[in-house]
Amino acid sequence: MSVLKATNVTKRFGKFTALDGVNLEVNKGEVFGFIGPNGAGKSTTIRVLLGILKATEGEAKIFGKDVWDDAVDIHERIAYVPGDVNLWPNLTGGEVIDLFVKLRGGNNKNRREELIERFKLDPTKKCRTYSKGNRQKVALISAFSSDADLYILDEPTSGLDPLMEQVFQECVMEAKEAGKSVLLSSHILSEVEKLCDRVGIIREGKMIETGSLNELRHLTRTNLLVETKEPISGLAEMKGVHDLEGENQSLSFQVDTEELETVIRHVSQFGVVKLESAPPTLEDLFMRHYEGQDQLVSESGGETNG
Amino acid sequence: MANTNLKGTGRLSWLIIRRDRIRIPLWFIGIIFFTLIVPVSFKDLYGTQQERDVMAETMENPAMIAMVGPADLSNYTLGVMTAHQMLLLTAVVVGLMSILLVTRHTRADEEDGRIEMIRSLPVGRLANLNSTLVVYVMVNVVLALIAGFGLYALNIESIDLEGSLLYGAALGATGIVFTGITALFAQLSDSSRGTMGLSIAVLIITYLIRGVGDVSQEALSMISPLGWVTKTEAYDANNWWPIFLMLGLSIILFILANYLNAIRDLEAGFLPSKPGKSHASRLLQTPIGLALKLQRTGIIAWAIGLLVIGVSYGSILGDLDSFFEGNDMMTELLANETGFSFTEQFISMIMMVMALLATVPPVMAMNKLYGEEKKGRIEHFLSRSISRTKLMASFVIISVINAFVMVSLTGIGLWSAAVFVMDEPFEFSTILGMAIAYYPAVLVMISVAVLLIGFLPRLVSVVWLYVLYSFFVLYLGQMFQFSDWVGKLSPFGHIPQLPVDEMMWMPMIVLTLIAAMVTTIGFVGYRTRDIEG
Repeated sequence: MSVLKATNVTKRFGKFTALDGVNLEVNKGEVFGFIGPNGAGKSTTIRVLLGILKATEGEAKIFGKDVWDDAVDIHERIAYVPGDVNLWPNLTGGEVIDLFVKLRGGNNKNRREELIERFKLDPTKKCRTYSKGNRQKVALISAFSSDADLYILDEPTSGLDPLMEQVFQECVMEAKEAGKSVLLSSHILSEVEKLCDRVGIIREGKMIETGSLNELRHLTRTNLLVETKEPISGLAEMKGVHDLEGENQSLSFQVDTEELETVIRHVSQFGVVKLESAPPTLEDLFMRHYEGQDQLVSESGGETNG
Repeated sequence: MANTNLKGTGRLSWLIIRRDRIRIPLWFIGIIFFTLIVPVSFKDLYGTQQERDVMAETMENPAMIAMVGPADLSNYTLGVMTAHQMLLLTAVVVGLMSILLVTRHTRADEEDGRIEMIRSLPVGRLANLNSTLVVYVMVNVVLALIAGFGLYALNIESIDLEGSLLYGAALGATGIVFTGITALFAQLSDSSRGTMGLSIAVLIITYLIRGVGDVSQEALSMISPLGWVTKTEAYDANNWWPIFLMLGLSIILFILANYLNAIRDLEAGFLPSKPGKSHASRLLQTPIGLALKLQRTGIIAWAIGLLVIGVSYGSILGDLDSFFEGNDMMTELLANETGFSFTEQFISMIMMVMALLATVPPVMAMNKLYGEEKKGRIEHFLSRSISRTKLMASFVIISVINAFVMVSLTGIGLWSAAVFVMDEPFEFSTILGMAIAYYPAVLVMISVAVLLIGFLPRLVSVVWLYVLYSFFVLYLGQMFQFSDWVGKLSPFGHIPQLPVDEMMWMPMIVLTLIAAMVTTIGFVGYRTRDIEG
């Protein structure tokens, strides 16, 4: 069942097209990773979903309601954490948390205290004294202490230390176990890899990939490290082999997933002593989409989809 | 959905009140204090109708009318006098209060991303704008009532209840109009600086239009809300229609602001924001260029301000002698030197006052060096190949030039108005000389700032105490008959008060040398201490 569904959302600022027909779907109980470089349109998409920006074209629904017309209703059931949290300098962290919780209409004191404890925040300090990480903790505590059904998190961990990032990941997993949905936009790909069931990649206002990590990996290359008894020949000429490095008997290279079988068969003729394979990391996937777009177009034009 | 657009307005209103629980009372105290202290002191200074009629005479010149507006000068009671001399200027201050506070809760919050956080909660999209409007309309209503009843409570004969309430209402209504104007610009402009700048520009333009109108063309004043303020004629004709006119205008402005807020994107504006330069100009690539650029607006504002002060003092020089004969306190204030006219004595005193005012911008320019340090931005220089000496020198140079310009402007302003109102005006060079005579004293003040930044940066504000000390001791000193040495503790006490004193070069040379020496010591301190931030 989809909690969030954006269909063909386009957003133009004057002549500039920030979003160009974005399609996005987040299902109930799912953590959806939303990745893309700076300026690709992640935050714009999220702001359209929050009913803060009005889409020029297309339709976006959360809980089956229109994100613009029913924004206030929807917001009672969602929690949002921006990447760049700015707070009122002369209010304390505790006051801001209470304000946000009250504005949403919930009131869960125990959960608030527990989270303050876990994130190690001093709620009695004025917001002007907080570092970036501490301001982010304030937003995270307000979000996770509310009983939302959908969490929209826009690079929520960019200022947190590794320990706090761990706490954040636990909170996301708890939310998921409780059947909540999460839309997580992030630059920290290891985090997305660990937490997300499905991933969407956006580039220049267009969704270029969506799917589970496994599905996405099918579209890419596997890293192989091979040692053989006899020198391997003819590998460089084979279809789907990339970045070949090393000596004759010890080679490392990447193979397009669809050519894997042929390549392994070829290599096995030389007497394999050692074979290490690593699945492509999300980073490989990501880099592949962004590093040199011309390469992408010429090499595998069919791979992109809308 | 119209019914949810305002959801959360109440709670956000409380948030605004909570955030401004210090700011609002401070503004109130300042505005009310001046509103109440002035009629009380007028009562002491101009107790008799005769004294007030003399005052009325000095007010009857185009410069004063342009500054404070028209009044019925033939019926110059204490009430009329207070309303005439204070109401318009206080209204401008109330307008400024509304501009600063409304900007803070509308565009400034939006620019910093706080409205985004609020909007992600179940809060209507017009709730923030309207909670700001609600709170600031209330604030201005309360201000109007306190001012009105406060004035009446002074129990001064000509300050009656209706006039007092109208006086307060004029202040409050001005505040509400500028609440609306700022709310409108918060939609049009896409930055808080733009919102504030445009709103203040409107405030200044309405003031100027009214000034020109009051002097030349009555009808022109009618298009300016500040012109309406003077049309109330509180304590005299007691006209209430300008108040209703202002409230009507405010409602239109509120509706427009709401409409524009409803149809625009968050963080977008309607006025095009022109893109900045993609490359730094040659000047900006040096520390001195950056220091200059950072302070540009402030320097220009101070320059205009000091010029205006010079002009306004200059414009009253023509009627001074007749004015002082009827005023005991001012006669006392000016130690009576035989052989000089009141005008000449007065001019030597205001030169000193203006020189002290002109000390403020260069000292601010110097203190900016520490301000940047506290914000952690000095590291960007020092981590590159800029020595501390060079860095500090950049700020000192700007400050020293700044001081010369500011001091000169007071003299230029004074002369340019005096030449029109005086029968036998001073020579330009005489007045400029009088102003520039204070330059060495200003240099000493700058050097004290340098010294503090070099050794005791946390105590850098102490330099302001020194400036304040100089002001009190030298301005009021003569009246309280302090001993000479009290005045000599200030560099300003060593400057010959032209044209009453004779020109003496010695103290000026000594002051300049002291300034140079203290500055050098400050440099040594700056080179050896830890940088904060």
